[in-house]
Amino acid sequence: MRTLKILLKKEFRQILRNTTILRLIIAMPVIQLLILPMAADYEIKNINISVVDHDHSTYSQKLIDKIFASGYFQLNDYSNSFDESFQEFQHDNSDIIIEIPQNFEKDLLVESKSSLFLAANSINGVKASVGSAYLSSIIRNFNSEIQVDYIQTNNKPVSMQQIEVVNINWFNPYLNYTLFMVPGILVLLVTMVGAYMSALNIVKEKEIGTIEQINVTPVKKIYFLLGKLIPFWIIGILVFSLGLFGIARIVYHIVPVGSLLLLYSFLGIYLVVMLGIGLLISTYSETQQQAMSLAFFFMMIFILMGGLFTPIDSMPVWAQWIAHLNPVTYFIEVVRMVVLKGSNFMDIKFHFLIMFCMAIFFNVWSLLNYKKIS
Amino acid sequence: MSKKIFSFFDSQFWAFVKKEFYHVFRDKKTLLLLFGMPVAQILIFGFALTNEIKNSKIVVCDYANDISSHEIINKIEASKYFEVEKSLLSHSEIESAFKTGKVKLAIVFPANFNDDLAHLNKAQIQIIADASDPNTANTLSTYAMGIIMDYQQQLMNGASVPMQITTDLRMIYNPELKGVYNFVPGVMALVLLLVCVLMTSVSIVREKELGTMEVLLVSPFNPVMVVIAKAVPYFILSLINLTVILLLSSFVMGMPINGSLALLYFSSSILICTALALGLLISNLTDSQETAMLLSLMGMLLPTVLFTGFMFPLENMPLPLQYISNLIPSKWYYIIVKSIMIKGLGIKAIWKELLILTGMTVFLLLVSIKKFKTRLE
Repeated sequence: MRTLKILLKKEFRQILRNTTILRLIIAMPVIQLLILPMAADYEIKNINISVVDHDHSTYSQKLIDKIFASGYFQLNDYSNSFDESFQEFQHDNSDIIIEIPQNFEKDLLVESKSSLFLAANSINGVKASVGSAYLSSIIRNFNSEIQVDYIQTNNKPVSMQQIEVVNINWFNPYLNYTLFMVPGILVLLVTMVGAYMSALNIVKEKEIGTIEQINVTPVKKIYFLLGKLIPFWIIGILVFSLGLFGIARIVYHIVPVGSLLLLYSFLGIYLVVMLGIGLLISTYSETQQQAMSLAFFFMMIFILMGGLFTPIDSMPVWAQWIAHLNPVTYFIEVVRMVVLKGSNFMDIKFHFLIMFCMAIFFNVWSLLNYKKIS
Repeated sequence: MSKKIFSFFDSQFWAFVKKEFYHVFRDKKTLLLLFGMPVAQILIFGFALTNEIKNSKIVVCDYANDISSHEIINKIEASKYFEVEKSLLSHSEIESAFKTGKVKLAIVFPANFNDDLAHLNKAQIQIIADASDPNTANTLSTYAMGIIMDYQQQLMNGASVPMQITTDLRMIYNPELKGVYNFVPGVMALVLLLVCVLMTSVSIVREKELGTMEVLLVSPFNPVMVVIAKAVPYFILSLINLTVILLLSSFVMGMPINGSLALLYFSSSILICTALALGLLISNLTDSQETAMLLSLMGMLLPTVLFTGFMFPLENMPLPLQYISNLIPSKWYYIIVKSIMIKGLGIKAIWKELLILTGMTVFLLLVSIKKFKTRLE
């Protein structure tokens, strides 16, 4: 125990002495947490529309007014031919083209039906499909408005069955995007701090050669590793708290609904997993460059397959497996559940179990793989 | 001419380049990662990432249990967006289902749904969403609403309602709405940029840290040459990486390359140069590998992912962030790749983006050379 205390003192001194790195690992997460959540907004708005109106009638004008009154759409250009608007498509200036045919109004009145042509730029499939779904529902609304008008003015007794849909949003009634993103991004930042620091720090001693000096001392390897990992565990918790109580609460007004004790217990185990992975990486590399490349490789997979940016349910089954082997997935779920929905221990007991197993798995593996050459 | 080439291969510069190649090739592990990483990432991300929301687990609470509700539920089940579980849950049970994260949406049919619809001409459906994820909540509600509205339209067709507008919708460029069209160019930009920055940023600072840089600097060679020689192997390796990525994306993932391949390589070379210049700058500004890596890993990974534009639409962001995104090289490259590969456009459409990337490269190089010289004095 005394050995551990002395080692910890040494490690802390080393960390505190290197002010550049200390500032980096505190400042970078804070700055990124301030900026990035505002950038991570999926809400489809500002959809640019090109209007090709061949009809120039009262109805076509009414329809166009209704589209732009909705607030989702912006007029990009108004042209007389589809080809002209297509140019705007090519340059990504416009997302959807709506083409109103000649005789739109006349067909509606005389033949009682008419058709509109929509084209969506679907390189970004979501924007295309959600945008055109919005547009279709506006057209539908417009349609039923003019139908009702027509029926009333012509006094025709047509029975129209209407289904009223009531939309209710729980946990986040104003659909505030930052509420969802801030906890997730905080998880990523803490993950990076934990994994990178532990991976780089140990391999650095290997590369410089100082690890030999420790290896010839009678210090047990478990103490040496604990001495290395505990400071980063504490730094991880500090960074998380700074993000949660500093940035999330003050800047984004996010107050966790659920239990803080639950959140921090999970964080504690999670950090052990991440430090274990970092340690494992460092046991497999000889140079910092190798360690960093490996850490970068896994971190990119962890981040992009963690369900923060793209939904896991939509992935193919094999990719869902990767996502379920990814510790980040669980922590992102847990943070969101506890912070936003107030989920309790019973709701997340499986997450705890899995994290616990991962903690043991990675740390035992890296301990076995760590060679203390004496 | 041949004499010139000969003298180049005989030059000190070439000797340095050769030395750097030896360094890179000696470290088999890093080399393996250098090639393995982009391949694995393009494959995993290209296939796995999609912004589309499908197979979402929802619960349908059908208190009506009549013809109309059954018809609507069948339509919902037929859609690829939903995986339907039928059960009768009270509102508090729905809440606890949301809390365990098992379901994302609940659709509730009240009792007497069909009676109301037939006799009162009006009936209500409740859509309750777990809006802790606003995007999923919104999208799923919109989809569910669309299905219900379709059903209503069906009812009206029978009643011969006047003035019906039909819409004919076509998806241009990506008719099947494949995720790869969006994500492959994005991941290409991400991987090429980050791998280059990472590798070069470490390579110079490493010599500084180990003390070998001093040896190089006291030698009579032009220090700028020393630095450029370091970048050459990574430039060539990146071009090979690009080739592998392109082969994979077109043969394995079915990405088209509609435009000029030469133009694609030319633009990619410029991006690689930008990345190398950035890496050089980072390694000139830092004194230890650890700092350089933290800067390029912690500092660049998330901003690049977010500001390239393949995850979140840039035009949605607040204006100051849109300005920031202009500083991210991969943003411009992403536009270029989409234009060439998918839209098949030529240089006329992308010269502005190319010019911006070139400008960035020159600027970064000038700054890093300046910083480099001050260290010498």
